[in-house]
Amino acid sequence: MNSLADFVVVSAILFAIGIYGLIVKRNALRMLFAVEIMINAANLNFVAFSQFLWNDAVGQTFVLFSIALAAAEAAVILAIVVVAYRLHQDVDVSELKSMGG
Amino acid sequence: MPDLVFIAIMVVTVGGALVALEAEEIVYGAIALAGSLFGVAALFFLLNAPYVAVFQITVYVGAVAVLIIFTVMLVRQEKWAKEVPPQSVARLAGILTAVAIAVSFGFAAAGSTILGTTTLINSVSFLQIGELISRNFAPILETLALVLAASIIGALTLSKVEREEDKK
Repeated sequence: MNSLADFVVVSAILFAIGIYGLIVKRNALRMLFAVEIMINAANLNFVAFSQFLWNDAVGQTFVLFSIALAAAEAAVILAIVVVAYRLHQDVDVSELKSMGG
Repeated sequence: MPDLVFIAIMVVTVGGALVALEAEEIVYGAIALAGSLFGVAALFFLLNAPYVAVFQITVYVGAVAVLIIFTVMLVRQEKWAKEVPPQSVARLAGILTAVAIAVSFGFAAAGSTILGTTTLINSVSFLQIGELISRNFAPILETLALVLAASIIGALTLSKVEREEDKK
């Protein structure tokens, strides 16, 4: 049988991979991948704890909202990437100085 | 001990995440990311949360992954295929930070007694989820709708192509 710990371990591994990607990668698309992986790790953790420890629907509902919010965030980031590519012909974040970062 | 199905899904999920970040060709990375998101959806099924799992598949694998793949194809460049490997210092720092975070999670979990539980006690139906969304959390739903509309309008405004006749 799968225990709660198994799901938490998968979630922790995914989160660590996401942190690694955010630190190492300088390509905006790869950083978006890393952020998506981390959001999924958080959602998985949320549903795992909710399903094993409580008998109500709040955990699952919260994750539904979280998924919808992550979709909106991905849409905005992808639009920014397309604009940055049109302006600079590249999506390397260390080259994108015009955003003021 | 986790069963075989769980281990298979775990391999797909974690492996997909690693390939997404490390694949030389970024298109393959985007496809691997879709596989990883699908693996998370399968884990939701294992957790007896089919509604969240289906939502994950429709929104993430169906919409976000396809959106990402199209964007990658729009902005892809040949030089990314032979992307300069990040300096070993940066890579080392990234790996060390990731390992440190994973180890600290492990220490935080080591003293816990609830993590060994193996019975899924949650038995809510999607009727209850729908009721919760539309009754108790209705203000959040409305706010989320506004946020989604604002983000879509923002994305469209950002990526609008200014035509020649507009400038005159």
